[in-house]
Amino acid sequence: MKTRIANVGPAAACFGLLAALAIPACAGEAVPPRSGYEFMGRETRAIQDDDAANPGMLWVLDGEALWNRKTGPAGRACSDCHGDARASMKGVAARYPAFDKARARPVDLEQRINLCRTEQQKEKPLAYESKDLLALTAYVGRQSRGLPIAVAEDAQTRPFLEAGREAFNRRQGQLNLSCVDCHDKHWGRRLAGNPIPQAHPTGYPIYRLEWQGVGSLQRRLRNCLTGMRAQTLDFGDPELVDLELFLMSRARGMRIETPAVRP
Amino acid sequence: MARAIINLPASAKRGEIIEIKALAAHEMETGFRRTQYGAVIPRDIITSFACTYNGVEIFSADLHPAIAANPYLAFSTIATESGTIACTWTGDNGYSLTESVAISVA
Repeated sequence: MKTRIANVGPAAACFGLLAALAIPACAGEAVPPRSGYEFMGRETRAIQDDDAANPGMLWVLDGEALWNRKTGPAGRACSDCHGDARASMKGVAARYPAFDKARARPVDLEQRINLCRTEQQKEKPLAYESKDLLALTAYVGRQSRGLPIAVAEDAQTRPFLEAGREAFNRRQGQLNLSCVDCHDKHWGRRLAGNPIPQAHPTGYPIYRLEWQGVGSLQRRLRNCLTGMRAQTLDFGDPELVDLELFLMSRARGMRIETPAVRP
Repeated sequence: MARAIINLPASAKRGEIIEIKALAAHEMETGFRRTQYGAVIPRDIITSFACTYNGVEIFSADLHPAIAANPYLAFSTIATESGTIACTWTGDNGYSLTESVAISVA
């Protein structure tokens, strides 16, 4: 099995033992990637597993209404160009962030929705973390549920992918931590009572019980930066998008769970 | 916009126990939190929930500030006849929402 973990050392030797013991003793080595879902308790899993209980579905339903609503001076709805999202948006979220030729850099799903909004609908962009943007993202993301993550890793995206990898490995903040320190070296252990997951963005936007609402991957990343006592980046900062791209590439092949529930 | 999701089987056998799941979109602001300037954020919660089956109340609940946002309630009843199951949420600031779902009982 191909490894998806960033800083892989000589891993084969301990792999068999690790699988048998099923403990993260060799964390950072080649083990199958695990979704945050697997670190959750039974009750939290049950919320995600049942669409009638998953509050993220409220956002998905809002997103469906917005998808079909005409807006802006152009008087166009998303559905006027893209038709039925269940067909046209299938697998799209699994490919984002994707390279945008006009901007000459990758854009994430939120930015893509806002680009469509400003260029096609001639409407003002939606604010990051606004209810409408989260709803549309959740609705588009929902159409990819169960599909494997497959962001492009080609000559166009590689520089940004490498920038994201560099950001993931870079120590920063007053605690002098990098993403690797928690999510590669110590996943499965606990931080303030909560299990540390492997940081695979399989279910964004997520309904987080702590937030009592839906939030984007960038919100999560900014949370982590605050926790590291590092300088938080603004929503939409290119470095955050590069990091999103790297994380999606690191989670390549994992199944989309949107809208996932996390504790 | 979706304000609530009610889930129950579309059809059931007479006498069968069916599960009803009701999820409402609501902030459930407790009234205990403050803004960064120290001002109390006024309470805004759902205070009661009731479910009727062809007009007869089969389940009700009082909700309180400690209940999380987007409250989810699941309960069961016995399918007796075809008709409508209606859920009503009422709360602070005149909040009131009624959603109904049809059920056919054979």
